[in-house]
Amino acid sequence: MTSVAAESGLIVAGVLFVLGLVGIMVRRNILFVLMSLEIMMNAAGLAFVIAGARWMRSDGQVTFIFVLSAAAAEVSVGLALFLRFFRHSRTLNSDEANTLRG
Amino acid sequence: MNLLFYMASAVAVVSTLMVITRTHAVHALLYLVVSFLAIAVIFFILGGPFIAALEVIIYAGAIMVLFVFVVMMLDFGRPQPKRNRWMILRVWTGPSFLALILFVEFAFVISGRARPLPTNPIPPKEVGVSLFGPYLLGVELAAMLLLTGIVGALHLALRKRQPAHRFFDKGGPK
Repeated sequence: MTSVAAESGLIVAGVLFVLGLVGIMVRRNILFVLMSLEIMMNAAGLAFVIAGARWMRSDGQVTFIFVLSAAAAEVSVGLALFLRFFRHSRTLNSDEANTLRG
Repeated sequence: MNLLFYMASAVAVVSTLMVITRTHAVHALLYLVVSFLAIAVIFFILGGPFIAALEVIIYAGAIMVLFVFVVMMLDFGRPQPKRNRWMILRVWTGPSFLALILFVEFAFVISGRARPLPTNPIPPKEVGVSLFGPYLLGVELAAMLLLTGIVGALHLALRKRQPAHRFFDKGGPK
């Protein structure tokens, strides 16, 4: 048992996740939406690690590594989509992306 | 130990709040790096030195560099009135102040004055044994996911090739 209570850690993870969610819903700039996605994935990984530390098992950290690889793949594809979208429409506003015709 | 944890958490929350309220992408990226560093400190306090290093190297290093590359590749069509506009004092004082807090915590822990760190940190060896033991299938799936990410990003970001002559232009799908 670490000296930090698991509850406070989970509260921090929840606050970070909600901040990322608010960022996704409030911002229209696609780059900020991608950043908020990163924040949310990071908060989810933090919750895994806290749970792993609570039971002193390494499974939480292993899951964090998986979350890390998923985030890396997600951000590479997301940024490629973002480049494509920006070249196509010359704007950063995600509301402009309401048609899928190339 | 608790105090260090709460300070790092406060830094993480404040810098994340700044990320989602900035107007300029580069300023937000600065705060995002600080947020990831703060979360790395939290990981270290919780007893995961290995993933704290991974957080710094991969999140704050690689993924943020990817974002910065994309911001550099695009010019956002904004005229730059002054050459040194990004050097304005108040742009970097906020992130540096937050990073300074983290650095003080780091120095405090390194100096050995903190009470025994995480009572029993999970060593990297245990993580590795678990990763390549019961979770081997997950590792292979992650490898396939990363390969798919590479191929997908390459395919999406390639510009359409200009034909050398209109004779070679077969008129692909418009």
